[in-house]
Amino acid sequence: MFVKQLSIFIENKAGRLNEVLMTVSGNGINIVSASLADTNDFGVLRLLVSDPDKAHKVLKEKGITSKLTDVIAVSIPHAIGSLRDVIFAINEAGVNIQYIYGLSLNGEGASIAMKTDDMEKTVEVIDSMGVKMFTQEEL
Amino acid sequence: MIWNKSKECMSRDELVALQGKRLAKIVDRVYHNVPYYREKMQEMGLEPGDINGIEDVEKLPFTTYEDLNKNYPFGLAAVPRSELVRVHASSGTTGKPKVAVYTRRDIDIWAECAARCLAMAGVTRDDVIQVGYGYGLFTGGLGAHYGAEKLGALVLPMSAGNTRKLIDMMIDMDVTTIACTPSYLLHVAEDLQKEGLIDKIKLKYAICGAEPWTDEMRNKMEELLHIKAYDIYGLTEICGPGVGTDCQYHNGLHIWEDHFLPEIIDPVTQKQLPAGETGELVITTLTKEGMPLLRYRTKDLTSLKYEQCQCGRTTARIQRFKGRTDDMLIIRGVNVFPSQIEAALLTIDGTTPHYMIVVDRVDNEDTFEVQVEVEEKFFSDEVRELEKLTKTIHNKLKVALGLNVKVKLVEPNALPHSDGKTKHVTDNRKLYN
Repeated sequence: MFVKQLSIFIENKAGRLNEVLMTVSGNGINIVSASLADTNDFGVLRLLVSDPDKAHKVLKEKGITSKLTDVIAVSIPHAIGSLRDVIFAINEAGVNIQYIYGLSLNGEGASIAMKTDDMEKTVEVIDSMGVKMFTQEEL
Repeated sequence: MIWNKSKECMSRDELVALQGKRLAKIVDRVYHNVPYYREKMQEMGLEPGDINGIEDVEKLPFTTYEDLNKNYPFGLAAVPRSELVRVHASSGTTGKPKVAVYTRRDIDIWAECAARCLAMAGVTRDDVIQVGYGYGLFTGGLGAHYGAEKLGALVLPMSAGNTRKLIDMMIDMDVTTIACTPSYLLHVAEDLQKEGLIDKIKLKYAICGAEPWTDEMRNKMEELLHIKAYDIYGLTEICGPGVGTDCQYHNGLHIWEDHFLPEIIDPVTQKQLPAGETGELVITTLTKEGMPLLRYRTKDLTSLKYEQCQCGRTTARIQRFKGRTDDMLIIRGVNVFPSQIEAALLTIDGTTPHYMIVVDRVDNEDTFEVQVEVEEKFFSDEVRELEKLTKTIHNKLKVALGLNVKVKLVEPNALPHSDGKTKHVTDNRKLYN
């Protein structure tokens, strides 16, 4: 129940993000969501795309450093406390969350992508709560 | 003031005769006491009796860093271990540091040479001197210290680093002289100016060395501090600060030829070049006991001037340095070789990433940045992993170089890759012109 996230190393330079996104979309790959974690000198761009393997390949050809990582895309219903419930359950299972960011997937509620230090267990916990997770095809 | 007139102002004929006598003696000594030199000379079919004057110096073998490395640590010592009293060292290109060993008499001669340099700047026994070079294996601190004591000046062994204490004591103890790297002195000068303390100091002279510097830097420190600043030259292998210094006419560095025989060679053909031509400075130690060196290749590019100086001294003068024959960088007085950085990066994951060293001088202080390309195998989707990588590189470089280095992760291909020899250094300091 994982989806493939494409993480891309980006220097903090004007126009750089544009170049990277152009490379992805220019090859007919749809960007489903984008999130940027930034530091002083560089950023890590995290993308969910329609064809992660192809995106990885075209970036590599352009000499852009990227990497495919498994993340979990979780649907969070529009109700008070629903995100907290998921986080609480993961925490109770002794799993640490490495990062989390909001997704803009079509559908009823909101959704998030997350990476934890025990992905299998995280899927189990979320599954047992009856909370929906997206598959790669659903993106 | 001239500290040792009979030696510093000797006629050229007398000097050449003295050098010839000393050269013959030192060659005889290394031939009999240093197996490495004996073998080298025997291979060349050379005997001590073949060297009768300085015109014969060209017959002798060169000594290079590789020779020092092969003989690390004491292989080139010409006296029994019990005669040695001091070790100094600085970083080598690869492998072992450059080590020099000294007997008591070597230390005395070094102090004499450093005293001559200080006296040339005007320092006397009535002066109070702060030594702001590092004390330790680096020759700067102890070299300047012994010279100043020989002169009879009052010495404050500050070492490097604590600017606050240096400034406070400079004011409290009426310090008249400072010996430190030129970039550090400019840093001190700016602090003094910022704090409005320039009127409170009694500083008259600065003796600066351990890194190349420019006339602009001299003008700036002289103007800011109302002092006279002098350039001092030395290298660990020969003896540290005191090999030579410039006089009030700033017409090159007077080299103490009664102890050090200088030559300029073409680094490619290895042939001596005529006076005035630029090439690699080669030095033979004429009086060293602990570790005499024949024709040591300094890798510094310069020329020599032999005309008598207006100051009255007759010694040859080393002209402005034009660069190096190798890729050594001097950062805040510390010798750094790109190969050391490469070796440190190699320990991170067994392969060397592409890297670039960017050196600059900002507000008169050397900045040193190592840019490392993030290839897929170093890359992580987690920022903290990348920050950890930055920190690991920083720590490894700190251990390897003894310097705090700014590490910056950059994208692949951000750095110029060329066929053949990749350029690894961008030095924006413009120290050689």
